[in-house]
Amino acid sequence: MDQKLVAVIDYGMGNLRSVSKAAEHVAPSNTRITVTHDPKVIDAADAIIFPGQGAAKACMQALQDTGMIHPVQDAVKEKPFLGICMGLQVLMSHSDENDGVKCMDVIKGNVKHFGFAEDSPLKTPHMGWNQILQSKEHALWHQIPQDSRFYFVHSYYVQPENNDYISGETTHGITYPSVLSHDNLFAIQAHPEKSAEHGLQLFKNFLEWNGQ
Amino acid sequence: MALAKRIIPCLDVDDGRVVKGVQFVDIRDAGDPVEVAKRYDEQGADEITFLDITATAHERDTTVHMVEEVASQVFIPLTVGGGIRSVEDIRTMLNAGADKVAINSAAIFNPAFVQEACDAFGSQCIVVAIDAKKVSLEGEPNKWEIFTHGGRRETGIDAVEWAIKMQQLGAGEILLTSMDRDGTKVGFDLELTRAISDSVKIPVIASGGVGELEHLAAGVTEGHAEAVLAASIFHFGQHTVEEAKLAMQKEGIEVRL
Repeated sequence: MDQKLVAVIDYGMGNLRSVSKAAEHVAPSNTRITVTHDPKVIDAADAIIFPGQGAAKACMQALQDTGMIHPVQDAVKEKPFLGICMGLQVLMSHSDENDGVKCMDVIKGNVKHFGFAEDSPLKTPHMGWNQILQSKEHALWHQIPQDSRFYFVHSYYVQPENNDYISGETTHGITYPSVLSHDNLFAIQAHPEKSAEHGLQLFKNFLEWNGQ
Repeated sequence: MALAKRIIPCLDVDDGRVVKGVQFVDIRDAGDPVEVAKRYDEQGADEITFLDITATAHERDTTVHMVEEVASQVFIPLTVGGGIRSVEDIRTMLNAGADKVAINSAAIFNPAFVQEACDAFGSQCIVVAIDAKKVSLEGEPNKWEIFTHGGRRETGIDAVEWAIKMQQLGAGEILLTSMDRDGTKVGFDLELTRAISDSVKIPVIASGGVGELEHLAAGVTEGHAEAVLAASIFHFGQHTVEEAKLAMQKEGIEVRL
């Protein structure tokens, strides 16, 4: 079997260990997971995992500072690409977080705050285990039952201009797109690295995926 | 279809080992944090919280190593509390694989630390732990205050006002322990839990006093908590996490099964 290299993109935003450990836990023996901020390694990698955490502004700043914006924009066009949490949100054109942040514009659309009414019993952040309705068939849903629960932590959600991108939806007060996919790109608001067996299955599916 | 209410087993850790004797029927080494965490994961725990009760810096290094071990084998959220006093402490725990840290007394001595921590790492990983005790007398309107040193030292800070302030400083979650109920097994202080949960927009984890499965559901239905934390009812095989979830489901609460 050919060797396969999967790059977890590191742009200095804290802990990537849980993402790389979860991927390693299910990786086939021919697959190596590497955490990197080297554009050459990203270019050479067969697949990309793009995690994210923290606020949109700090995340975009870190991507800028580490010179990761162009390598990520290139990779997203070329090879299997998995965005996670903030790694989904910064792919959009713009986020309302931090009084407005220009994002990577890989997917046309906006990132909005939940904005529940003052007397609403619903909490923000949306934190904990919620269901994902798989609204489209996808290789990454293989062996993950419909409506499975994943672990979420976020206060903002994505709104793509093109609804054809939506592969999964979740309800917290409103029903919002929690998974977007297009060609070789799959990006999820939840944290598969913290979502027990279904999250591990998603990584397994991703590592076996050719992006078609 | 909605967000599930969480059940969180809590483990005390000393020098990298689980203490207070967690005992499963078929586990070889009950003090091994990886084995204990794995077991709770298998039972369907939604998160695991470790409270580090170690005193020395050397023991703290052992705890960091323990978090690394657990995080490489258990893929659910992990929270570490106890002795978190600086941004450096937080960075160390997050890099070891913790998803959240719980800040307790450091927030009282220096509230700006909470803001500093949230700015550096994001609200999603900063839990503020509040230890509260009732100070109002029979017949007076309810009032709770913050206590430190395991409930021995009063601070004069109103618990509800404190929770609101911690939210304003950026805390992502509140771990609320009733010092009146902790260890009593008579159930949560539901009035306290409700007073805090209804005053903040961030999730509240109810803690202190769980002795029966029904107590967990009450924390959600009557206490309005988003999550419930318990230790001893799970540690000695009295109940599994799964049994606790089924009991909550019976009360109409959405859980992850």
